[in-house]
Amino acid sequence: MSGKIAQTLRTLPISGRIGLGLVLFWLAVALAGPSLAPYPVGAFVDRDVFSGASARFWLGSDYLGRDVLSRLLWGSRYTVLLALGAALLAVATGTSLALVAAVRGGWTDEIISRTMDTLISIPSKIFALVLVAAFGSSLSLLLLIAAFTYVPGNFRIARALAMNLVALDFVQVARARGERAFHIALREVLPNMIHPLLADMGLRFVFVVLLLSGLSFLGLGVQPPHADLGSLVRENISGITEGALAIIAPALAIATLTVGANLLIDALKPGAKG
Amino acid sequence: MAGAASHRSTLGNIAPLIARRALSSLLTLFLVSVVIFTVSGLLPGDAAQEALGQSATREQVIALRHEMGLDRPAPVRYMDWLGSIARGDPGMSYVANMPVSRIISDRLPNTLTLAGITAVVSVILALAIGVGSAVNRGGKLDSMLNVVTLSLVAMPEFLIATLGVMIFSVKLLWLPSIALVTPDASWSETLRSYALPVFSLTCVVVAQMARMTRAAVADQLDRPYVEMARLKGVPFSRIVLFHVMPNAVGPVVNAMALSLSYLMGGAIIVETIFNFPGLASLMVNAVTSRDMPLLQSCAMIFCATYLALMLVADVIAILANPRLRA
Repeated sequence: MSGKIAQTLRTLPISGRIGLGLVLFWLAVALAGPSLAPYPVGAFVDRDVFSGASARFWLGSDYLGRDVLSRLLWGSRYTVLLALGAALLAVATGTSLALVAAVRGGWTDEIISRTMDTLISIPSKIFALVLVAAFGSSLSLLLLIAAFTYVPGNFRIARALAMNLVALDFVQVARARGERAFHIALREVLPNMIHPLLADMGLRFVFVVLLLSGLSFLGLGVQPPHADLGSLVRENISGITEGALAIIAPALAIATLTVGANLLIDALKPGAKG
Repeated sequence: MAGAASHRSTLGNIAPLIARRALSSLLTLFLVSVVIFTVSGLLPGDAAQEALGQSATREQVIALRHEMGLDRPAPVRYMDWLGSIARGDPGMSYVANMPVSRIISDRLPNTLTLAGITAVVSVILALAIGVGSAVNRGGKLDSMLNVVTLSLVAMPEFLIATLGVMIFSVKLLWLPSIALVTPDASWSETLRSYALPVFSLTCVVVAQMARMTRAAVADQLDRPYVEMARLKGVPFSRIVLFHVMPNAVGPVVNAMALSLSYLMGGAIIVETIFNFPGLASLMVNAVTSRDMPLLQSCAMIFCATYLALMLVADVIAILANPRLRA
């Protein structure tokens, strides 16, 4: 297994390596960042607002004179972990439904597929806005809303994969052996679709990061006193006329995270090497 | 092959196919309206209680609930709601105390103009990028454009918009950072205030569009007829323009219609940043103020537009693909 990983790494094109580096960097920041933060996240430490980079404040200070670096380190934790959680939940739900639909077939498949077709016809940002208006935006609700928004997309891909597998001989043999549907779904079908599913989860992660930071940017996502990277851009928007670091740094942080993940996924795609 | 009889029979084959596709779009729109009504109308609890606040007496709440029609069974309320939206009169906005239809008809032309200009600009750009990189497949230009478009796809809209403001209106002082769209503004003023929103939206849409265009053109370039034309000694530019493009036009237009649906998500952020008086920023305001009638109408307009774009994309795919016609 580790040999396989090492080999994949060696054949990775440059764009993929850059992507991998960026993703690993932000994962590390999300996990360890807050303990490295030089100042408490809400403390007013600078008399100036929107000051530039200095030895005391590496990324300057924000609109209330708080340390941008510390807030960025904390904010990336919210962004990365919320998006990871939502992407995991979306893929777990979508794939479970897809397995049920593919293995059961018939009416079960018909009902689940029609429901998902309907949900996928609502643009994701519009759907998320309606959900936020209806239920509000606490952290756990945001996670559920983001996950729910991307279940149909994952379902569509997972169902297509599972449908192809269900028609294959080894699944027919398992059925003839008298295995239960649960066993077939989990032991025969799922292990054979894990690679494309992981790629899809990476894509969902990118979508969720963009969705949540977009919502936060509109003031509808993560609410104070919590702040994710999108909230950081929003609260410092008045610094745009000064070209403040406080607004550029978090926006660039989101971009490097999502662009990195996208480059990595694209490089890992089968047939992309060459 | 080009006889009148065969022509009629192809049309006879296509028409029911398209009709069926259009019907299924309508059905989906109906189901979507059920979802939106359920999520925004039934689940969040009592609008009457919320409008009156905690201090209201029980009688007041019951009276208002009756006045708003909230005490009727859900299916009745849904049919009522659907009927009012289909008639184009979705009632009064809770917050603005104005008919929702009037608020929307004020804003809709602005959004349509913005979307229209963006569509034209991004289609031209995407064609150039997509065809350019398909022709140079595997080359330096292609892999560079691949990384650029991949990055643009994953870029948050507000980063592009804020960078645009910083460069063009703060540093260079070329363009206003806020879109003031008024009916009596002069042509040049209007153009200038549209420039930055259009720029940001184009960045959002063009990347996806160019990638799909490249895939469609590259697919045609692999066909045997291209090799045949090359062996005959036809110049490459002529192959691309007169052999490949007519064949790729179906998939390319399909890709463009699909990518234009990204406009909606992008418009929400871009309109808000530039204070653009359009439908998407209206919807964001409706979410903030929990103005449900306004929110539902905006959501339905966006969903209908999205479904219409998908329908156009599919119909074009049907028209362009002879195998789907048979």
